[in-house]
Amino acid sequence: MQARRREFLIKAAQGAAVAACGGLIWAQLLRREAVASVLALRPPGALDERDFAATCIKCGQCVQACPYHTLHLARAEDDAPIGTPYFVPRDIPCYMCSDIPCQVACPTGALAPELKDIAKARMGLAVIDAESCLSWQGLRCEVCYRVCPVKGQAISIRNHPRQTSKHALFVPFVHSQACTGCGMCEDACPTEKAAIRVLNPALVQGRIGSHYRLGWLSDTPITQDFTPPEVPPATGPAAAEPPAPKTAPGMDVLNQGIDP
Amino acid sequence: MSAMPVFTRKAARLYTPPTTLGGKLRDARYLILRRVTQIGVLLLFFGTLHWSWQLAGAPLLRGNLSASELLGIVPMADPFAVLQQLVSGHALHTTVLLGAALLLVFYAVAGRVFCSWVCPMNMVTDLAGWLRSKFDVNNLFRLHRSTRYWVMGMALVLSALMGVAAFEWVSPISMLHREIIYGVGMGLSAALGIFIFDLLILKHGWCGHLCPLGAFYGLLGKMAVLRVRFDDTTCTHCGECVRVCPEPQVLNFRKAAESGMVTAGACTNCARCIPICPEDSLDFAWRWNARPSQGAPQPRTQP
Repeated sequence: MQARRREFLIKAAQGAAVAACGGLIWAQLLRREAVASVLALRPPGALDERDFAATCIKCGQCVQACPYHTLHLARAEDDAPIGTPYFVPRDIPCYMCSDIPCQVACPTGALAPELKDIAKARMGLAVIDAESCLSWQGLRCEVCYRVCPVKGQAISIRNHPRQTSKHALFVPFVHSQACTGCGMCEDACPTEKAAIRVLNPALVQGRIGSHYRLGWLSDTPITQDFTPPEVPPATGPAAAEPPAPKTAPGMDVLNQGIDP
Repeated sequence: MSAMPVFTRKAARLYTPPTTLGGKLRDARYLILRRVTQIGVLLLFFGTLHWSWQLAGAPLLRGNLSASELLGIVPMADPFAVLQQLVSGHALHTTVLLGAALLLVFYAVAGRVFCSWVCPMNMVTDLAGWLRSKFDVNNLFRLHRSTRYWVMGMALVLSALMGVAAFEWVSPISMLHREIIYGVGMGLSAALGIFIFDLLILKHGWCGHLCPLGAFYGLLGKMAVLRVRFDDTTCTHCGECVRVCPEPQVLNFRKAAESGMVTAGACTNCARCIPICPEDSLDFAWRWNARPSQGAPQPRTQP
């Protein structure tokens, strides 16, 4: 009886050991395989990378629904976890269909059905490499600004004065509050390697932190061409006053009438 | 007292392979049907993706075996994958839940047919099994058939702990059908790995011992309505069915005689046993059409 029980306990311990070894290896595989990848650009409406990895069932219906063949399922060697959808804007960008067919096709909600307006999608954030941007070299390129589907809001052209006897630069600026990360700018950028690239915001975006009080910004916009959010018209005597100009007079002569 | 009919079991005779082409085709009918279904399902996915197959303007079958949509309206989803996702603590859209429920009902009726009639890995393991029967290969080690249920449990536990669908991320089955349909995803290495494992290491190693998806459908298959019916009155216990069965433990003569059918959930309804039976004692039937024998073997009148 004693021996039997002893044998049983040893067998049980051995079984548990096999399960533990297998479980550890399996968990390690999962950690390597399914960890959030900060490099992949996801279709519009994608949940946070961690939730996306868990919710995406890797069926590829978004890939099939995309009319522009933008999306691919990741291979083992790609920068995204295997089988999940991603896109490379320099190959084919997201053309921001207003009916968002990829998101409609998603059966699990990994592409959140809450996204109704494609302009609210945040697939990534365009980042400019000033060292290779033609505009920053003094050329009037501005291709990214022209192709941007949220024109004037996600990318705007700012003048950038230089020293006397050199003409000012007209350079593109990206505004994270409007950039959808569709990548049309990256696709259209005429340099050999795109000087404007769409990246996961987590890779490039900082945060000032609430402990900094930028007092001088309390009434005025951050930059001269920043479009402040719509403010409901005030009632009463204050409404009679003319609205403050968005740009300082004389500062944006070339683009006046072109910019929305 | 009138003479009770006396039951005598006929002497066993073994299966004689047919010599005519018609006979061969007849005996291979379920095998041919299974291959047609397996390849057909993949072809529907492939054709819809690559050749834009449509019916009445709707894409024919979009997606893959993990989740799909038939004719743009009927959702289907791998219920085990969905279960893992739910266990990982994530709310899912109703479409995929409906799809999983639909297949859950289908496989609760049809039994563990996914494994033998749909899963693309079945063609790989069947090839390994067939080659194994040509060469005499010994198993490298023994593994209990219930291991897969532990693997299944582990998949659910790890899904909960890691917050992702644990088996879906490493499933060689998903890798294979993604490879076939979309051309991505380690499918060939996965298939090769399983092939070598089944051929040289353990007979029916993957499908019969390890696969948690098969284990899941096996549990579901316990309630299956479509069954392999067993006629104890004609059976000679020759054992041919057991020799071809990839899950031979399900063919227990005593249990089969008691219930008039194969009751084990692990039976994949692959129907290998049906044409090979020299006495035609096995066929497909709904479970309520099974003829259980009462207690002792069914009495049979002598001619």
